[in-house]
Amino acid sequence: MKLLRQLLIILAICFLGEILHRFLRIPVPGNVIGMLLLFGCLCTGILKLDTISEITSFLMDHLAFFFIPAGVGLLAYMTILKENWAAIIGISLVTTVLVMVVTGYTVQLSKRGALRKEAVNERTDR
Amino acid sequence: MKELIDSPVFGIILSIIGYELGLLIYRKTKLPIFNPLFIAICFVGAFLLKFDISLDSYSKGGNLISIFLGPATVILAVPLYKQLNKLKANLVPILAGVFVGSITSIIGVSMLVKMFGISRQLGLSLIPKSITTPIGIELSKQLGGIPSVTVAAIILTGIMGSILAPVICRIFRITDKVAVGIAIGTSSHAVGTTKAVEIGEVEGAMSGLAIGVAGLLTVFVAPILVRWLG
Repeated sequence: MKLLRQLLIILAICFLGEILHRFLRIPVPGNVIGMLLLFGCLCTGILKLDTISEITSFLMDHLAFFFIPAGVGLLAYMTILKENWAAIIGISLVTTVLVMVVTGYTVQLSKRGALRKEAVNERTDR
Repeated sequence: MKELIDSPVFGIILSIIGYELGLLIYRKTKLPIFNPLFIAICFVGAFLLKFDISLDSYSKGGNLISIFLGPATVILAVPLYKQLNKLKANLVPILAGVFVGSITSIIGVSMLVKMFGISRQLGLSLIPKSITTPIGIELSKQLGGIPSVTVAAIILTGIMGSILAPVICRIFRITDKVAVGIAIGTSSHAVGTTKAVEIGEVEGAMSGLAIGVAGLLTVFVAPILVRWLG
C-alpha cells in the first residue's frame, strides 16, 4: 500500500508537469517540469524524503531497466545506423572528450578566480 | 503461439531477463564496455531478430515499461536535493562548468553533424547525448529527433566517458577534485559517474550532482541554441 500511495504522489506530480507544459505552453518537457516541482516540494518541506523513500529506491535502483524498450526501438532504424555508424561514433568521441576538457578547465579556472577574489578581499579587509 | 507473443507479459519477461543478464555480466567483468543497459538492449534485440518476432509484439510489453520514464525523470529531483549542500559550497564554479560544458556539447554536436553531412533528424537525435537518459529521451522528442537513436548515443557517450576519463584528466591536467567530478558528470552522465565514484568520494559526489544540473540546463538551452544554429 505504501508503494502505491507513493507512486500516486509521483504520478500526480508527473501529470501536473504535463498540464503545465500543455496549458502554459512552457517549452520544457512535462516530465522535467515535474522534476522541478518535486525539487521545489522537497526544498520547501511540502514533501519529505521519507514520504517517498520506497518509490525513490524502486525507481532509482532499476533506473536503467526503464530505458530498455526505448533502446530496443533502435531495431526500426537499423538502415540509418548502418549508413551512419562511423559518423555517430566519431561525433560522440570528439564531443565527449571536448566537453570533459572544457568543463574541467572552466571549473578549475573559476575556482582559482574565486580564490583570488577572496585573497583580495582579505587584503582590503586588513 | 502468436497470441502468446502478443501478450504484454512476453515483452516484460524478455526485458527483465535481458536486464538481469546485463547486471550479471557487468558485475562479473566490471568493464564499462559491458554496460548492463547496453547488454540488455542487445539481448532483447538479438532475441527478436533470431526468432523473427516483430517490434510491435515486443512493444506491447515494452510500452508498459516505458510508462515509468515519466516517474523516473521526476525522481531525479531526489539525488539533486540530497546533494544541494555540496552544490552550495562551490556554486559558481559548478554552475559555470556545467553551463559552459553543456553549451560546448550542443554546439560541438551541431557543427560536427554539419561537417559529416548527417541528416537533420539524426543530428537532432545526437544533441542530448551527454545528458541522463530519461531527460535525453524527452529532449530528443521535443527537438524532433529519434528517441531510440538518442538512447544509443547516450549509452555510447557514457561508455566512452568512463573509459577515457582518467586518461583525459591526466593529459589535460584536470587535477582539482571538484573539476574532475563535474567534468565527468557533465560529459558522460550516470555511466561516467560510476567511474568518478571509483576515482574518489568527492569526484563521485560532484559527478552525480552534475547529472541533474546538466540535464536541466541542456533542456532549457538546447531548443534555443538549435534554432539559433539553424
